[in-house]
Amino acid sequence: MKNKSLVSINDYSKEEQLRILEVAQEFEKKPVQTILQDYVVASLFFEPSTRTRLSFESAVNRLGGKVIGFSEATNTSVKKGESLRDTILTIANYSDLIVMRNPVEGSARFASEISPVPIINAGDGANQHPTQTLLDLYSIQKTQGTLDNLHVALVGDLKYGRTVHSLVIAMCNFNTTFHLISPLELKLPSSVKMHIKEKNLSYFQYTEMNEVFSHADILYMTRIQRERFSDPLEFERIKNSYILHKDMIANTKDSFKVLHPLPRVNEIDIQVDSSEKAYYFEQALNGVYVRQALMALILGLR
Amino acid sequence: MGQIRKELKVSAIENGTVIDHIPASAVFQVIRILKLEAFGNMVLFATNLESKIFGTKGIIKVSNKNFEAEELNKISLVAPHASIIDIRDFEVISKKIVETPDQIIGIVKCFNPNCVTNVEQLATKFSVVDKEDIRLKCHYCEKITTRKTMEFR
Repeated sequence: MKNKSLVSINDYSKEEQLRILEVAQEFEKKPVQTILQDYVVASLFFEPSTRTRLSFESAVNRLGGKVIGFSEATNTSVKKGESLRDTILTIANYSDLIVMRNPVEGSARFASEISPVPIINAGDGANQHPTQTLLDLYSIQKTQGTLDNLHVALVGDLKYGRTVHSLVIAMCNFNTTFHLISPLELKLPSSVKMHIKEKNLSYFQYTEMNEVFSHADILYMTRIQRERFSDPLEFERIKNSYILHKDMIANTKDSFKVLHPLPRVNEIDIQVDSSEKAYYFEQALNGVYVRQALMALILGLR
Repeated sequence: MGQIRKELKVSAIENGTVIDHIPASAVFQVIRILKLEAFGNMVLFATNLESKIFGTKGIIKVSNKNFEAEELNKISLVAPHASIIDIRDFEVISKKIVETPDQIIGIVKCFNPNCVTNVEQLATKFSVVDKEDIRLKCHYCEKITTRKTMEFR
């Protein structure tokens, strides 16, 4: 994996993904190390992001590395009209690795093709966000003890949610049974379902949150946004039916966990937080270990 | 010449290229793609002609012009079964069917306005995921450009 950019989750094979999860376990046991002390990581966030940026920067800092960069494009040469090509070629001179979030789709692939140092895509518009997928896989593996043969229920906006798309595609390597719960207007797109069909895996579609939770191992919640609906009345009609309440997870398996990529608005009632089945904040912490593992592997330090 | 035995709906040309078996609806698109609007020599074309294979078809005859392979690739996106016939002294010199390549570089614009290829200066690059009902997957933003959303650069 040395010097190999990560743009889409499929850039890494199943074996490489599992290797990252394995190394992440090491960093979970010992998160503070000095292996990055001679390294500079550029953190280029062309649009604001709290969790992803801070978890990358925390990962670098805990390994003794230095971070340079910006958290929004407002005060940079980008505002003066500099091309992404020039920005990347310049900053590659100052760093050993570039972590980039950019609202333009495909920008990370383009950057990885021109940059002399490896690129980690921290989100390119609605396209890809592979490190989120890796931390989701890590969270699933950690809570279930395996990634194989699980029942995964995904709830909410399955049409536009890039985290959902990448997670479904990644889980297709592990004989997963998918339970897809969304309003009709926000169903999983056929381009993603294609991956499930190619592997001959089972999937079930529902329009209501229901008793499916009793078979599920993982419930992956996402937020439904008003602006996704062409008919505002339709949104009003469904908005309260995709909210998770504590009583709904009462009869689930002991090992059942609720995941959410965050930020949450109101789709998980805060009463759920006190349940031992709520896992979303630990999930966010796992992001640090996974990103430590990824950077260590890309820089050839593991 | 057995081939020109029947009555020709479009006059023969002495030298140049005949593009046959164009879907009737794509004739004007082919004219635009090949920039024949700005071409100085004689261009003959017809559309909604009867075709045994396709029902209807269009045909374009371009005098004194041979096309580059890259230009022919562009045609394959709207006319995947077009035949390209080279004519010299009213005789058929060669006849070939255009082939849709596995990859399209340049030529087509990605339909996603938020794709990096529409923001930065770089050539588009697509893999052809469906050659029959043309579907092009952008190498950068990974979105699918279809025949309906296709524009040429």
